Amino acid sequence: MPSPEPLAVEPAGRSTATRSVELDAFPTRTRLSTLTDGLRAYGMIAAMWIRSTMTYRASFVMTTVTSFVVTAFDFIAILLMFTHVDALGGYQLGEIAFLYGAAATSFGLADLLVGSTERLGRRVRDGTLDTLLVRPAPVLAQVAADRFALRRLGRITQGLLVLGYGLGTVHVEWTLLNLLMVPMMLVSGALIFAAVFVAGGSFQFWAQDAAEVQNAITYGGNTLLQYPPTVFAKDLVRGVTFVVPLAFVNWLPALAVLDRPYPLDLPHWFAYLPPVVAVLCCWLALLAWRAGLRSYRSTGS
Amino acid sequence: MRLYGVVMVGWFRRYATYRMATAAGVFTNTAFGFIMAYTYTALWDERPQLGGYDVSQAVTYVWLGQALLMACALMGGGFEDELIERIRTGDIATDLYRPADLQLWWLACDLGRAFFHLVGRGVIPMAIGAFAFDLTLPGSALTWIAFLVCVVLGLLVSFAIRFLVALSAFWLMDGSGMAQISWLAGMFFSGMLLPLTVFPGTLGEVARALPWSSVLQIPADVFLGKRTGWALAEAYAFQAGWALALLGAGRLLQTAATRRVVLQGG
Repeated sequence: MPSPEPLAVEPAGRSTATRSVELDAFPTRTRLSTLTDGLRAYGMIAAMWIRSTMTYRASFVMTTVTSFVVTAFDFIAILLMFTHVDALGGYQLGEIAFLYGAAATSFGLADLLVGSTERLGRRVRDGTLDTLLVRPAPVLAQVAADRFALRRLGRITQGLLVLGYGLGTVHVEWTLLNLLMVPMMLVSGALIFAAVFVAGGSFQFWAQDAAEVQNAITYGGNTLLQYPPTVFAKDLVRGVTFVVPLAFVNWLPALAVLDRPYPLDLPHWFAYLPPVVAVLCCWLALLAWRAGLRSYRSTGS
Repeated sequence: MRLYGVVMVGWFRRYATYRMATAAGVFTNTAFGFIMAYTYTALWDERPQLGGYDVSQAVTYVWLGQALLMACALMGGGFEDELIERIRTGDIATDLYRPADLQLWWLACDLGRAFFHLVGRGVIPMAIGAFAFDLTLPGSALTWIAFLVCVVLGLLVSFAIRFLVALSAFWLMDGSGMAQISWLAGMFFSGMLLPLTVFPGTLGEVARALPWSSVLQIPADVFLGKRTGWALAEAYAFQAGWALALLGAGRLLQTAATRRVVLQGG
């Protein structure tokens, strides 16, 4: 069987030509057009990688299943814990499944969409980032869509299944507000995780070998949020509320839905802040990205 | 023998070169150590003496896991990716041509890497863990030595499994599927998720009898002073038995594989 990861090919040379024509026609580019350009480039590159993934269908199925099983292990560990106890940190299994499902789904979405930014350090090291710089598409879109890994659907599926189990088990009065909180949480959570991915990627412009620091916050954060906040020390909870605001991914909104007190004494309306925090995080991440990109010096000879 | 010593030192230095990556890795191990230590504390607060450990011992188990995670390459990162790639591309032909034994060569490589990871990625997280939590550390130097012997035996078992997995690429061409399956099994059965003593009923008995328990569960038990005297000898025998059986199987597979090597290309 040939290599499951074929060499990168230039995405559709023809449309690259049309792009530069457009650029000449509209020399002043607004922020909005940068955004639409970026999304279009992202879509094209992602579609290309999906096509190449689908060439090796057996390999795709196998890696997707692995992605599902690996993430399921985290939940199996929780299930094993619950063979010995009825509650962990004062939370029942269903409530933890709700927290777990929300965090895992948000994280899975972010990982699918921009998880490839963790590979940036490698591109800086071997100089292949230069190739991206000369292409007429935003670099962030190209880095984020690089090797777009559809197998991460396995992770999202696993998160959604546990979320479904959690939602079916917890005793919550499903008012309209509570119902709306769930999708709000997933979307904002995905954006917050995405911002962490991009900020971590930016950090690699300076520290090329530091991809693991990013892992500690992304994967580590995901693991952290799968447990109730009562399990952790107050200082750690403070850190993920105010420094790296991961608590807004699921803890704050989910605890409001479950009608549980947050370990820190925060006003109730904090539970409705995730969309605001998400937008703020994304904005900061973009600033960091721009600063990183500007400071980039090629290793090229 | 000198050759393999040189190879081992070479691989140690190869990994030691990337200091930034090591520092970043230490950060990650420490972060996961903290998260898991808190979840274990919550579990053991509910059920003191679960699996025969008290809270302090359970938390020590977490930090031992983080310290050994890279050394025994439970989540990948060992030599196997490189060997699989060499088999796939045909570079393996050059290796077979060399006046060195394939299995011993890669064993030397992997041990060099493992010793670096044990020192570079293991010591600092463990020290931070000991600073932040009340850990159960061995009282006597003998226990430390017994533990280190146990770790080395565990490394041999871990290598032997991954060598078998890598050789499967001779037949499957793309070894990544097998590597992933072995990775999953290793994660689950080594006790990295939860101590194997906490696994319920038959699942626990099976898990404790499989080779992966040599990698983390047994060294941790020796570290925590659960196995002394005859129990320690038994543990060593268990590990050495699996190491010999798996290394032997690797040798047989290697003979079979090299017999059927067909070089592609001109």
